[in-house]
Amino acid sequence: MASKIVKNHTPLFHIAKRDELPFYKSLLIRIGSIVAALIVCAIVIIAFTGENPLSIYATIVEGAVGTKRRTWGLFQNVAMLLCVSLAVTPAFKMKFWNIGAEGQVLMGGLATIYVMMFYGETLQPAVLYPVMVIASILAGAIWGLIPAVFKALWNTNETLFTLMMNYIAIQLISYYTYVNAVPKGSGQIGIINSDTKAGWFPSLGGYDYLLNIIIVAALTVFMFVYLKYSKHGYELSVVGESENTARYIGINVKKVIIRTMLLSGAMCGIAGLLLVAGTDHSITRETAGGRGFTAIMVSWLAKFNPIYMILTSLLLVFLEKGAIQISTKFQLNPSFSEILTGIIIFFIIGSEFFINYRIMFRHSAKKEVK
Amino acid sequence: MTNNTAIELRNLTKTFGKVVANKNISLSVNKGEILSVLGENGSGKTTLMNMIAGIYFPDEGQIFVDGKEVSITSPKHAYDLKIGMIHQHFKLVDIFNAVENIVLGIDEGSYNLKAATAKIKETCDKYGFEIDFSKKIYEMSVSEKQTVEIVKVLYRGADILILDEPTAVLTPQEIDKLFNVLRKMRDDGKAIIIITHKLYEVLEISDRIAVLRKGEYIGTVNTADANESMLTEMMVGEKISLNIQRSEPVNPTERLTVKNVNCYNRDGAKILDNISFSAYSGEILGIAGISGSGQRELLEAIAGLQKIHDGDIVYNNPKTGKSDNLRDKTPMQIRELGVRLSFVPEDRLGMGLVGNMDITDNMMLRSYRKGHSMFLKRKEPKDLAEKIIKDLQVVTPDTKTPVRRLSGGNVQKVLVGREIASSPTVLMAAYPVRGLDINSSYTIYNLLNGQKEKGVAVIFVGEDLDVLIELCDRILVISGGKVTGILDGRTAKKEEIGLLMTKKTNGDGGER
Repeated sequence: MASKIVKNHTPLFHIAKRDELPFYKSLLIRIGSIVAALIVCAIVIIAFTGENPLSIYATIVEGAVGTKRRTWGLFQNVAMLLCVSLAVTPAFKMKFWNIGAEGQVLMGGLATIYVMMFYGETLQPAVLYPVMVIASILAGAIWGLIPAVFKALWNTNETLFTLMMNYIAIQLISYYTYVNAVPKGSGQIGIINSDTKAGWFPSLGGYDYLLNIIIVAALTVFMFVYLKYSKHGYELSVVGESENTARYIGINVKKVIIRTMLLSGAMCGIAGLLLVAGTDHSITRETAGGRGFTAIMVSWLAKFNPIYMILTSLLLVFLEKGAIQISTKFQLNPSFSEILTGIIIFFIIGSEFFINYRIMFRHSAKKEVK
Repeated sequence: MTNNTAIELRNLTKTFGKVVANKNISLSVNKGEILSVLGENGSGKTTLMNMIAGIYFPDEGQIFVDGKEVSITSPKHAYDLKIGMIHQHFKLVDIFNAVENIVLGIDEGSYNLKAATAKIKETCDKYGFEIDFSKKIYEMSVSEKQTVEIVKVLYRGADILILDEPTAVLTPQEIDKLFNVLRKMRDDGKAIIIITHKLYEVLEISDRIAVLRKGEYIGTVNTADANESMLTEMMVGEKISLNIQRSEPVNPTERLTVKNVNCYNRDGAKILDNISFSAYSGEILGIAGISGSGQRELLEAIAGLQKIHDGDIVYNNPKTGKSDNLRDKTPMQIRELGVRLSFVPEDRLGMGLVGNMDITDNMMLRSYRKGHSMFLKRKEPKDLAEKIIKDLQVVTPDTKTPVRRLSGGNVQKVLVGREIASSPTVLMAAYPVRGLDINSSYTIYNLLNGQKEKGVAVIFVGEDLDVLIELCDRILVISGGKVTGILDGRTAKKEEIGLLMTKKTNGDGGER
């Protein structure tokens, strides 16, 4: 055994953290990663389908912004994803793993549809809309508050807790749609109040989704200011970076956790309101559509900066819409377009590694020593 | 004599960056012998042992096992050479029982737990270990866990055993038991190395004693020829003159009084035992002690971060003349009382500062609450950041640099600068010069002295006795959570402090 010892311990390469890169360099790395992703996608496309990669790419663009209707659909979807992403951001910045946005959105939606179905006919619009807003915010906030209280008081694991709250929300939706099915006995809720449009968001200047988009834009500005310039935002960053420092400086950590999750849940509730009253006018188990999870990626990719989140959510929605289009146009299995999306996202996330670290090979390390 | 040597180290050197942890250390252990490695914190004991156990690889030097030169590349390789280390922090799987933990990771094809149990029982009977095989690790006491660790090492056939501070967590009765087992193992021909800084234990258990100081090997003595004061002198060394200025305290008045404070940690062990002292304005009170003797808990108790079981902490407000009890107050409530208490904690980036935030935002930690606005004002903290960078010569590109990118000395300047900026009446600093180079250290000493001259009550927890003696007006020594003495800094002798630091207290001596 002793004779087998290798004396040279220097590995072939090792990884070292790099200093802050200038902005243009990190931008170049990001652009490079997208180019690399498109090249790898092209190879995969040719190998598995024999199609021309360029026409596939053209189809992606066409699927996302090919027509006016599609472009509006794209903006609407970006707005919805962005709204949920903004909602989860304060929680994640505080290192509170809120993977229960899906459930919080659904609860907001459930509260909205409840008000629309049972009070839509009786309340004046001037009362109805505020009631809907308050109900959705409350429902989302409560769904965020429960795991926060357990975390603050008994240090339960918020990841499991928020995840399980999702299933409860989904089952509540199932129960609600079964009991209040429209039309009766169908087991699901169709489009409600389609004659009176009670509780429907009005279309501004003929654009159905414009109000949603304006609301989300306002929320984006709000969240940016809240995180960067408010005392609350500062406190939650300190708690997220180091609970010890927070305690040392006299921040009430429990209070900050609860307050932040109330905000996070409330904003998810608003997303539910926008999805139900401003988009679908109905509710199903799929109303949130996985946005509660995709939002986490949007938020982290943008490093919790609400302005960057516009770009990251746009990217993800763009790819998703394009993927649907190529699977219909080229008669490809939908999984294939998901593979392409996966490759592109993999490269984009991977580029973060090269922005933060550099790889040093053995000979280059030796040079440094000299 | 040579064929009796179990392991020999020749000129081992290990550096971490610029810090020399071990320098040219040579020592040897014979079969059937217990060697104590003695030294203060940071003297390089654990680093040295980790090199033998294959965790670190030495930069220079040779290791001989049974007279053959070896280079130990991994803990597994150390086991192959029959070297086993029992770490201070146990490495056991909580939900497994003793046998499962012991056989874990041994490659003998398939596990045969029955045969293993029989073999383990045999080992236990031979040396007098007691293990309850039905218990899982999480149900065991600290001493039982330690037994499992030792048996694990023996089961793997170790002939050279290294124990890193094995008595730190044990009760007196358990220590007696451990020592009996160790003696039996020695009589069986095992070579045992035990790391500790408790002098009386060293004298009780070992055959020879090797002393390290600041990474260097000082010498080895036979226990039969050794006594406490001689070992202390070897450990702390001779007095070095540092030329830190020390002014006479001007008009000292009692600023902070700690009365009979008791504290327990999460496991229910007593960490502060009836501590009483006073801190005066215009003086520097030093706190000396082996690290982990309760210094951190004491400062955190004063700062409102550590729950006190009983006792009082009374602050005499120089402005109002009122006295306030700070006991059971949160840091926020203490501030609201008008107590201007500044605290430079030991863990600079994990507690005093936020590593990922820039200098301005770190300045704001103390002041952001000011005013009723919902929003932050970054103007003042930015001015303060610029002032500190200029006054204390902090090396940084600008105020927007995250503090974790600064070097250790500059991080400390930022932290101390901020704490001083709030013009405190009490300033507590825990190991403020740890890891700092000479120049940065003197900057910090000067800052502390400047505060003292302004009439601040300064409490300085230090590890370097030379510094404590030159800087402090009075030195409080604690050992095992108890105050073992309060000395005058101008007349105190190093050996005297060293003895008080290792003095046996009721907490860990006890009814035998």
